[in-house]
Amino acid sequence: MGYLDDGDRRQLEEKALFVRLETLRLTRIAGAGHYSGTFSAAELLATLYYHELRLDPANPKWPDRDRFILSKGHAAIGLYPILAELGYFDASELETYTRLGSAFGDHPDMRKVRGIDFSSGSLGHGLSIGVGMALGGRVQSKDFRVFVMVGDAELNEGQIWEAAMSAGHFKLESLICIVDRNQLGIDGRTEDIMSVEPIEARFASFGWDVQRINGHDVDEIASAFDNTKNSSRHQPHVIIADTVKGKGVQRMELDLNWHVGNLNPEDYEEVYAELIGGGTK
Amino acid sequence: MTSETAATTPEEMGETAPGQDQSDVFRGVSSDSLVRRGRTESGISAQSVPAFVAGEELADLAETDSRIVVMTADLASANRLIDFKLRHPDRFFNMGIAEKNMISAGAGLASTGLMPFVGTFASFASLLGYEQIRTDCAYPGMPVRVLAHHSGMSLGYYGSSHHALEDLAAMRAVADLTVACAADGNQLRAMLRASLDLKGALYLRLGRGRDPEVYATVPEDFEFGRASTLREGSDATVIATGSQVHAALAAAELLLERGLSVRVVDMHTIKPLDVAAVVAAAAETAAVITVEEHNIIGGLGSAVAEVLADHRLGVPFLRHGVNDEYVLIGPPAALYAHYRLDAPGVFDVVEEFCRMRRDEV
Repeated sequence: MGYLDDGDRRQLEEKALFVRLETLRLTRIAGAGHYSGTFSAAELLATLYYHELRLDPANPKWPDRDRFILSKGHAAIGLYPILAELGYFDASELETYTRLGSAFGDHPDMRKVRGIDFSSGSLGHGLSIGVGMALGGRVQSKDFRVFVMVGDAELNEGQIWEAAMSAGHFKLESLICIVDRNQLGIDGRTEDIMSVEPIEARFASFGWDVQRINGHDVDEIASAFDNTKNSSRHQPHVIIADTVKGKGVQRMELDLNWHVGNLNPEDYEEVYAELIGGGTK
Repeated sequence: MTSETAATTPEEMGETAPGQDQSDVFRGVSSDSLVRRGRTESGISAQSVPAFVAGEELADLAETDSRIVVMTADLASANRLIDFKLRHPDRFFNMGIAEKNMISAGAGLASTGLMPFVGTFASFASLLGYEQIRTDCAYPGMPVRVLAHHSGMSLGYYGSSHHALEDLAAMRAVADLTVACAADGNQLRAMLRASLDLKGALYLRLGRGRDPEVYATVPEDFEFGRASTLREGSDATVIATGSQVHAALAAAELLLERGLSVRVVDMHTIKPLDVAAVVAAAAETAAVITVEEHNIIGGLGSAVAEVLADHRLGVPFLRHGVNDEYVLIGPPAALYAHYRLDAPGVFDVVEEFCRMRRDEV
């Protein structure tokens, strides 16, 4: 028994698989892509868009919608297919992914892609953008919430902590930061490159409400989101989601070198079959 | 970043503002003569008017425009944005000494339909916050208005860490960003009003807050991208921006006594540049001289030079500004005199250039 009912759980797990399969497909079009940092975020993205966010895909600029900022913009390859499937734009447009003049690059551009709430790509900015959006909601007495997904190695950026300090100061309870704690930067383990732990204590000391969950368990993710709504404390929320970089594909889970990569055609079929078959557990 | 509050009064800085003459620095021309002629003949007053009217003006505008919010980085007293806070406390955010976060958060605020005016020292806004201005404000087309005050060398003996002599060069290279410099408080009011209808992000370069009056009233015909010709002349055109507009006007007044008739163009908008005003200056006057409180690399002078080259206009041309160096320590007025960025200095520069041209002919 989990937090979600069986139908919801099955749907979210299917959507996470959809994110991974689409990432494979789009990377093939581009010739290279950010596989592993997208695979670590697949359940988080699926649960956000198919369970949590208050959205109206027919009205992407709806002022009362919840906002999502993919501060780790390199996972956009996993977000575009969700937006297409929800109807923000026609899925066929994704066939242009990364081609000359396409709306869809490695990092999302809000002026080109319907449904993207803010452009991203330069790490460390997204949480500040979220602080501004949450302040904007407060100024206008709106009840939308703002979700920001950051990478764990992104926590090395100083601006993250400027944002964390201001969110704590302003007691931005409508702001939810999700840390995709997949343990790895590009050059290796975060704790070897520039340690980010103890993440919980660090955010707590800045005045944040802190949860730590398994970021591949949709029940835990949904429950953590609900907890942020039900909290009576006026604090910003951080959900540290422990994940596996490359989750679902054995070779990518074991090898650091899939942050950016390109499967050759034979391997593509094998990885596709591995994911369809349920992937690594 | 700064850990101190800026000196905000002339007494604290021990100096007067650029263009406010002092007889000891006014080589060869009595300061009385400048003041008297300025007031009586050209309408230029050498009286300082408080140019940090942004807080007050925005507070007025916010009475009828609910989009306006104001942010600063622990400088509300120095930039007088506190005048906004006093009247609209719910729409004012002091973000502490965290400029990058402030600018990005301003972009986030803008994305929800608001119009943030974000004020801090120009050195920090432009250099510390450069990427945030480009990536979070200009690139996504967010209507963030950066109020970059105490620009140029106006922080005097605070030193080069607090000077902004590169900001126009940096900002000019950012696509979809309007870049403008206010010459005085009245023009600043006009700019703030016009900014309410401006699309995209704006970098607004301000002086020290005591800039002498150039515009006797708020110029009602102000338009971003359209330069103001403040004085006609034929021997040369001085194209000036920001603090140097007053200096150029005062210099032109005195140059007339020496037989040189000088057009003065207030090129308040550096981007988009008023190309027609530059072309006209080259076609209608005998020389073009740019004057800016900025490195001569990349700012107004470079922008004008690009227009002259693009249009194959072979007019005698001089860029006057800071010659690619970190400026000396000193009180602001002493620095302006040393770098010939006050009225007597501009007078000398223009006269020398025109005389040199005459000798060559």
